[in-house]
Amino acid sequence: MSDIAHPIEHHRDDEGTRLGFWLFLYTELFLFAAFFLVYAVYRSSHLEDFKLAAESLNTTIGTVNTIILLTSSLTMVLSLDALKKGAVKLAKTLLLVTFALGMAFLVIKGFEWSAKFEHHLFLQTAKGIAAGHGSPLLSPGEEMLSVGQVLFFGLYFIMTGTHALHIIIGAIWMLIVFFWISKGSISQDNHGVLERCGLYWHLVDVIWIFLFPLYYLVA
Amino acid sequence: METTPRQSYLNSHTSPKWTSGFMSWFMSTDHKRIGIMYAVAMFSFFFIAVCLGFVMKLQKMYPASSGWEIIPAELYGSFFTLHAIIMIFLFIVPGAPAVLGNFFLPLQIGAKDVAFPRVNLLSFWLYLFGAIMAIVGILLGGADTGWTFTPPYSINTKTISIFGVAFDSISWMLTAAFILGWGTILTGINFIVTVHRMRAKGMGYFKMPLFTWSIYATSWLQVLATPVVGITLLMIVIERIMPVGFFDPSKGGDPILFQHLFWIYSHPAVYIMILPSMGLVSEIIPTNSQKPIFGYKSIAIASCSIAGVGYLLWAHHMFTTGMSDFAAILFSFLTFFVAIPTAIKVFNWTATLYKGSITLTPAMLFALAFIFNFSIGGLTGMFLGSLSTDIHLHDTDFVVAHFHYTMFGGAAFGLIGGIFHYFPKMFGKMYSMKWATTSFAFMFIGFNALYFPMLVLGYYGMPRRYHTYPDMPVFNSLQMASTIGSWILVTGVIMVLVVWIHALLKGKRTTEANPWNSSTLEWQTATPPTLFNFEDDVEITRDPYDYEAFRGEVKAGTSAGANNV
Repeated sequence: MSDIAHPIEHHRDDEGTRLGFWLFLYTELFLFAAFFLVYAVYRSSHLEDFKLAAESLNTTIGTVNTIILLTSSLTMVLSLDALKKGAVKLAKTLLLVTFALGMAFLVIKGFEWSAKFEHHLFLQTAKGIAAGHGSPLLSPGEEMLSVGQVLFFGLYFIMTGTHALHIIIGAIWMLIVFFWISKGSISQDNHGVLERCGLYWHLVDVIWIFLFPLYYLVA
Repeated sequence: METTPRQSYLNSHTSPKWTSGFMSWFMSTDHKRIGIMYAVAMFSFFFIAVCLGFVMKLQKMYPASSGWEIIPAELYGSFFTLHAIIMIFLFIVPGAPAVLGNFFLPLQIGAKDVAFPRVNLLSFWLYLFGAIMAIVGILLGGADTGWTFTPPYSINTKTISIFGVAFDSISWMLTAAFILGWGTILTGINFIVTVHRMRAKGMGYFKMPLFTWSIYATSWLQVLATPVVGITLLMIVIERIMPVGFFDPSKGGDPILFQHLFWIYSHPAVYIMILPSMGLVSEIIPTNSQKPIFGYKSIAIASCSIAGVGYLLWAHHMFTTGMSDFAAILFSFLTFFVAIPTAIKVFNWTATLYKGSITLTPAMLFALAFIFNFSIGGLTGMFLGSLSTDIHLHDTDFVVAHFHYTMFGGAAFGLIGGIFHYFPKMFGKMYSMKWATTSFAFMFIGFNALYFPMLVLGYYGMPRRYHTYPDMPVFNSLQMASTIGSWILVTGVIMVLVVWIHALLKGKRTTEANPWNSSTLEWQTATPPTLFNFEDDVEITRDPYDYEAFRGEVKAGTSAGANNV
């Protein structure tokens, strides 16, 4: 019986790992690409409805969230830079700031979502259409949505929801990285994990850069 | 022969914690053990799906008027769905890359393991988890949507309740397919990085064996195509549990859009299934002809161009959905175009045989059957790719037979042949040549007896997915022939599995490094390989199929082929 330590797991190939991770990021991008394709198709077939529906989204909140997310990408890069230069404490602080900004994004998104839910922009959809008249969920004075608007809000919730899920995954990863930096297993000359965590965070950011104009700005 | 078993991957471990029994396999990051675990799981599922197919053929033995009914129509609907889901998602998509790719890709390029051994194990766990989820879905309700999950039926079909608890078996299976997809993607990424970063010294891209080339092309397809179908299937799940309408026309969605998104993956997926088997045939044929493969570079490039063009012709599944004539002509053209690199390969294999000293090992028989079956499968594909005949043949048994000629007669025959080829290297055991050859004869005759009548049946208008047919002489005789063919085929499949299991338990031990006198790198190491594949660092100096140089090495005793002279 031989219990040799695995040579591959102790053998570091930063470039190979980076290549693998970029391929993974590519698959994430394609996951969203399918959503964007569906969005493009329905936008072209229900143009007026999409414009009308987009007007009900709050551009100010969207802009604030965009600024928050872009800033968090900046602090992420600075954190990696600090670690590369050996300023471990600064790197940890900046990582925590990134984490906090991600949380702030989620909280604002949460408020925005619940406001939409209260106005029944989401759940009235199928039931209302199936009944052929006003939705039973609508309060008096609220208007029935058209099919195109229903599609818009369906896509809005699913796409921003999937995006939010990625924010949560990224945030959890940051906490793990923070813990590992404290333990010393991520360090100045072994910063690959922080770099990949940062790449993932930038991807989340980039996807938002596309979501924001498509839902908030093109009204 | 040694009295104590030599050090090999079968008695060495990657983790000091798990050194015996089940866990020494289940927790192992050794690419060879992972490959074998895949094989065990995949062929178990394969056998279940074969049984489902067997019952379906039995049901078709007599026409409706005879009163013959093995399974009712609804159950038949579930059977063909489950048959396809198991065969496609659990068997042939992971297929040769998961089993032989895992085992032999690092060996062929002189690496100690794949680039990310732990991710490799994670892929297997994802596969197993997804498979268990799919099986639970099948046992608790199943699905009768067909493996394509085409909406709106797949959205509106009812969920069943078990002991008063609602259970949405279709959503379960869709989610299972999503998880299986991630297993495939991670394997693909792993293999791409392995090929880029872990080749031995001196092994340029055009010194890699052709199986490695085909796995490399397949991996790109897996990474490029799988995410789209993953999210598309999840959209169906979302639509089933939430009131949004992406694809249901009654809620404003467009079901044709689903078909596009589905086939964007699922057409490249057929190349994910077939390319690795083509790679295996490219290994088996030069070995058993003892001469260099004809047109090495053109086969390697053909693999990549099949992967590239194969990504662009998905809509030929949808000629009857009323798409624009221009688009239809374009997709038809591309469909014909992809036949060119495929035909180049068939030409090259045949040319390799010319003036070779051919040994008809079981692996070689399967490889030759691959060429025969796959040629029929490929040429019938041309019927379906041309716009006018497709209207006539669409949704008939012709399509089913075409698909099985490529996927079963092609991909699965190639995989089985590949396992016969590599069996002694993998386990250090030898199977019975006589019984392996007999099992081949049963499979080949049974396969053609089953599916060739279906080509004709489809031409005469027998629709696919029907559980019975009217009493007409042309249907009756061909259906009967097809059913009898299924009996022969199932006998062959069982014999193959028995030959393998028997060889594992009672087969003759062998430590011969290179039983077939092959020139490629994976045969030049010990049998079975040691934990890290090669004793020393490997350096490549010659082309992989240079048999002239190989025979020189054997004479000089610098190659493992020396054992045999």
